[in-house]
Amino acid sequence: MTHTVSIEDADVRYACAPQESLLSGLHRLGLRGIPVGCRGGGCGVCKVEITEGEFSTRAMSRDHVSDDDLAHRRLLACRVYPSSDLSVKVIGKLQKKVCTPAADRPLP
Amino acid sequence: MALTGVLRPGHAQVRVLDLEESVRFYRDVLGLVETGRDAQGRVYFKCWDERDHNSYVIREADRAGIDFFGFRVLDKATLDKFDADLRAYGIATERIPAGEMLETGERVRFTLPSGHVMELFADKTKVGNGIPLVNPAPWCKARDHGIAPIRLDHALLYGPNVAEVQKIFTEVLGFYLVERVLTPDGNANAAIWLSCGQKVHDIAFAEYPEPGKLHHCSFLMESWDQVLRAGDIMSMNQVAVDIGPTRHGVTRGCTIYAWDPSGNRFETFMGGHLPYPDYETMTWTFDNFGQGLDYPQRKLHETFLSVVS
Repeated sequence: MTHTVSIEDADVRYACAPQESLLSGLHRLGLRGIPVGCRGGGCGVCKVEITEGEFSTRAMSRDHVSDDDLAHRRLLACRVYPSSDLSVKVIGKLQKKVCTPAADRPLP
Repeated sequence: MALTGVLRPGHAQVRVLDLEESVRFYRDVLGLVETGRDAQGRVYFKCWDERDHNSYVIREADRAGIDFFGFRVLDKATLDKFDADLRAYGIATERIPAGEMLETGERVRFTLPSGHVMELFADKTKVGNGIPLVNPAPWCKARDHGIAPIRLDHALLYGPNVAEVQKIFTEVLGFYLVERVLTPDGNANAAIWLSCGQKVHDIAFAEYPEPGKLHHCSFLMESWDQVLRAGDIMSMNQVAVDIGPTRHGVTRGCTIYAWDPSGNRFETFMGGHLPYPDYETMTWTFDNFGQGLDYPQRKLHETFLSVVS
């Protein structure tokens, strides 16, 4: 049984199993949409806001997830596991790199 | 004796989000030897070929990253001299009593302008490497358990004020600058590699706006074959790999970067050239940083610059 995860802004939808994190589900399919960093809840680059749906989580670094973030479901995608269909918005510090089409990005 | 002063990296203390998951990772996947647990709940490890009681310590916390990085110095007189020299330079130091860390003597602790806590110590109990000192075999059974690096080699730390950090290491602690990467305008160093002996680096720093960040702790492998074997073991255990196996242009070392279960990057490292203190520093311009990081691919991987704990 998988759930459908929709990434707002990036126009990406994919199937994710409940025992698979939102990030690894996306990454395993070779899709882009959420920035990939440490995949262990430590670095914060995969931060998303869950705008719709139910989920469970594992421990993630409080350097990147404050009490306010927790209350507003702003979490690290590598530590979020879907228990229903989900909608997420990418808000991590690499958001622009992922959600801006390559042609519109400034040259490095 | 040629090698005096600071001898080598002696210990790192790293924060993990789930202690037992991390113990299983460091003991059974990375293949460190667990040597003890203390009343604070910290778990102590060493690499199989290290002789001191511990070199890598983890503690459970609500955030990842590094608590401190420590160097072993020659003896107690050297420790006292560095303490006095640091204070004379204008850096506040603190004495951590012997025994606060298991099997470890008194430590001199100070904070760098990059926000990293450094320590110096002269004593840590020699527990040996599982090989007798008389008629020693070249290795013991522990070498085949997990990735099994032979020692804690160095760390790369990210934070502000790298120029000031460089001065402290070179003017007070006796390190020398082996290699550097310039900033895009060429007027300062974006990253520095410092040695206290003849290793290609014992510690490195990169300029970064947030203080006190860990880029990686590095573990030394014996051969390129062992680095490739490390990559196999990482994949068998679904370890999150960042870059490699490849070779750095900077240092010439062979490498895999990967992350522990809490997102602390670590490296399995091998090789590198052998500098002497009289050698001129080697310089990389920022537009060649990609080769410096990953020589075959000539690629400045995005995660190298932006993913830290």
